[in-house]
Amino acid sequence: MNTKTLAAADEELRFYDLDEHAHPEGHSTMLGFWIYLMSDCLIFAILFACYAVLGGNYAAGPAPKDLFDLPLVALNTAMLLFSSITYGFAVLQMQQGKVRGTQAWLAVTALFGAAFLAIEFYEFQHLIHIGATPQRSAFLSAFFTLVGTHGLHVTFGIVWLLTLMVQLGRHGLIAANKRRVMCLSMFWHFLDVVWIGVFTIVYLMGMLQ
Amino acid sequence: MTPHSAPETSPLLGKLSLGALPLHEPILVVTFIIVAIGGLALVGAITKYRLWGYLWKEWFTTVDHKRIGIMYMILGLIMFLRGFSDAIMMRLQQAMAFGGSEGYLPAHHYDQVFTAHGVIMIFFVAMPFITGLMNYIVPLQIGARDVSFPFLNNFSFWMTAAGAVLCMISLFVGEFAQTGWLAYPPLSGIAYSPNVGVDYYIWSLQIAGVGTTLSGINLIVTILKLRAPGMRLMKMPVFTWTSLCANILIVATFPVLTATLALLTLDRYAGTNFFTNDFGGSPMMYVNLIWIWGHPEVYILILPLFGVFSEVTSTFSGKRLFGYTSMVYATVCITILSYIVWLHHFFTMGSGASVNSFFGITTMVISIPTGAKLFNWLFTMYRGRIRFELPMMWTVAFMLTFVVGGMTGVLLAVPPADFVLHNSLFLVAHFHNVIIGGVLFGLFAAINYWWPKAFGFKLDIFWGKISFWCWVVGFWLAFMPLYILGLMGVTRRMRVFDDPSLQIWFLVAGVGAAVIAVGIAAMLIQFAVSIWRRDQLRDETGDPWDGRTLEWATSSPPPDYNFAFTPVIHDLDAWHDMKRRGHERPVTGFRVIHMPSNTGAGIILAGISLVLGFALVWHIWWLVGASFAGLVGAAIIHTFNYKRDFDIPAATVAAVEEARTRQLAAAGA
Repeated sequence: MNTKTLAAADEELRFYDLDEHAHPEGHSTMLGFWIYLMSDCLIFAILFACYAVLGGNYAAGPAPKDLFDLPLVALNTAMLLFSSITYGFAVLQMQQGKVRGTQAWLAVTALFGAAFLAIEFYEFQHLIHIGATPQRSAFLSAFFTLVGTHGLHVTFGIVWLLTLMVQLGRHGLIAANKRRVMCLSMFWHFLDVVWIGVFTIVYLMGMLQ
Repeated sequence: MTPHSAPETSPLLGKLSLGALPLHEPILVVTFIIVAIGGLALVGAITKYRLWGYLWKEWFTTVDHKRIGIMYMILGLIMFLRGFSDAIMMRLQQAMAFGGSEGYLPAHHYDQVFTAHGVIMIFFVAMPFITGLMNYIVPLQIGARDVSFPFLNNFSFWMTAAGAVLCMISLFVGEFAQTGWLAYPPLSGIAYSPNVGVDYYIWSLQIAGVGTTLSGINLIVTILKLRAPGMRLMKMPVFTWTSLCANILIVATFPVLTATLALLTLDRYAGTNFFTNDFGGSPMMYVNLIWIWGHPEVYILILPLFGVFSEVTSTFSGKRLFGYTSMVYATVCITILSYIVWLHHFFTMGSGASVNSFFGITTMVISIPTGAKLFNWLFTMYRGRIRFELPMMWTVAFMLTFVVGGMTGVLLAVPPADFVLHNSLFLVAHFHNVIIGGVLFGLFAAINYWWPKAFGFKLDIFWGKISFWCWVVGFWLAFMPLYILGLMGVTRRMRVFDDPSLQIWFLVAGVGAAVIAVGIAAMLIQFAVSIWRRDQLRDETGDPWDGRTLEWATSSPPPDYNFAFTPVIHDLDAWHDMKRRGHERPVTGFRVIHMPSNTGAGIILAGISLVLGFALVWHIWWLVGASFAGLVGAAIIHTFNYKRDFDIPAATVAAVEEARTRQLAAAGA
């Protein structure tokens, strides 16, 4: 009998994988985390939609032109963009297997993130001080909620960064930690992308109106 | 802003005081006494038989998708009894409140009852039921050992349970929302709902919503990543396909609900103006947003059951499913279309003829893929050797009932007709027609179909048939009168009526509800009798229905690891194909199996979330701070646990499989 047919018949009749190799642990984490980010993206989409619909409802209160300080926001944007670059450096260090270098760049990223938050906090505090509170109009409600939700995400990202630095110190660059660095990387860059949307739609387009 | 009577708050207990306990409402006091006695008896029994350790180790902390699935089903069943008692109370009130009678429920209580009924039935009955079903069946159908993220699965379940508990607490501490199940502002805003009812609503849905979203992500990744070798997407069983689509919808819509409720929360807690009447807020924005979640939600509920009907029809007709490919495409079409029809819930908003036409047409278009599915089921039955077992009976009842509900849906999709029927009992009859006739009948088909897989014995047929006939007859009796009343212009959520000629219809509907109650009782008896007589009903083969998909290839109940060796798939009906071509079950050469370890982190995190939710409802700020810090801390501590799995030794696997070999030999299979 032809050996080729025999092999094909064998293949056909194989109903169980008798020589199975265990799936590498966490092999679907990246996909899962990415889908989570998309769900988070939808939350931002709703906040953007609210801003788009309600953003012109000033209720005889202040409008974007009366409130926004573009140079300050540009500085803020720079902080966040730099933090994305430094996170990239952390990943490069990780790929070279350098724990200290990874931790150091993560620390720099956290500092830029903190600077971003500090500037945002200053901006909010200034707006509230001059009476432009979230309660003043639907525009301001939508503005504070959109920008504030992004800020909360950055805060959470910084808590995660610090936790991860400790975990890297304890266990080094094991597979689980590498996976976490990559997940946080996606999270951090995602926040950057959202901020570019905020900067464009809220601040730049607000000043054009 | 509009003044409202803010209740007294104390730093220690927030708005919570003894006045929050409904001691003046006899119905609630009696209910509380019954629940308390029942609860104490249960706790006492568990303690007496020393079951706490067993429950904690084997169930509460489990990461096994099968056990989590069963826990979801139990949660759904318990909440179903609560939701149904609300339904009976409403039917009784509406049947009584004629000719000057006020009925027996004060408005304050009645409004909570209809709100709680809707919220509970959708979020804490239908959702746990379908999530539990998908959890149990999907990994088995794709030949996997568990879901992709087993810990997350446990956490999702406990978050759903925590949401349900918070909702139940509102029954005895404070009150529930009186706004209807979607809590439209401005009624749900702080100006018109100054008490805690809406806050209970918000926080129980937010806590449960976290669980739902995460379990959606989990099941999508499981289906995409863990299919057995050879199972291409177009070789997946239809139930797995519909589950995939339902979970995609969950991930694509529940964040919308989360965001919308968060904005309502800000309006209530921080005084923002998203949905208020003044300062530029827009209540209709809320109505749009909530239905962008809400319409896909009904497809989240029905799609998995469409999968169940497909599996059942094919199995009990002894035939391959007719039109598998068209079934898959119909499912995907429905998934996409469900996202662009939301405005048909409020044609009366006044968005204009063009917008209303668009949404009217998209709504009608959905009936095309749905109709295709019905024809596929009918053609599967055509010339099949149909066995009218209980799952098949429920499926036929579904086809007859659901078609009527679908057609009244198309009537409502016509904007001019909707202007007349909007918010009427015709609408109420329509969605009960599709949710009971589709989702619930599907669940009962699924429970009767897969019960033997989960527990190793079939369900009793006699009590099953009694339950079946009571449900079907009761449903038609209870809801056909509502169609008629709706056509006569009766609006929903009414507490008293003036026109005495309407009473007869409400009496008929009340009798229908009573017949359904008998059906529910018969179902509970069916479970009890089946457990009692389990030795006579035992199935040793693991394949009691001559099934066609992989879940029937393993023992009933399946071992912890589901499959000792991962099956290799050559055909759509994989297990049928294996039987037909005389596969041999491997009996030697077992290997170590890598499995996830149990963990208490899920129940702990969900428990803290429950405390946080309660504190937020009652404005107990110190507890909010403490529990939030605890939540973050506990989550971080959990991430420091790197040892999350263990190995089942080859010898253990061999012993389990050896027992299975003997069992099969004894069954003569």
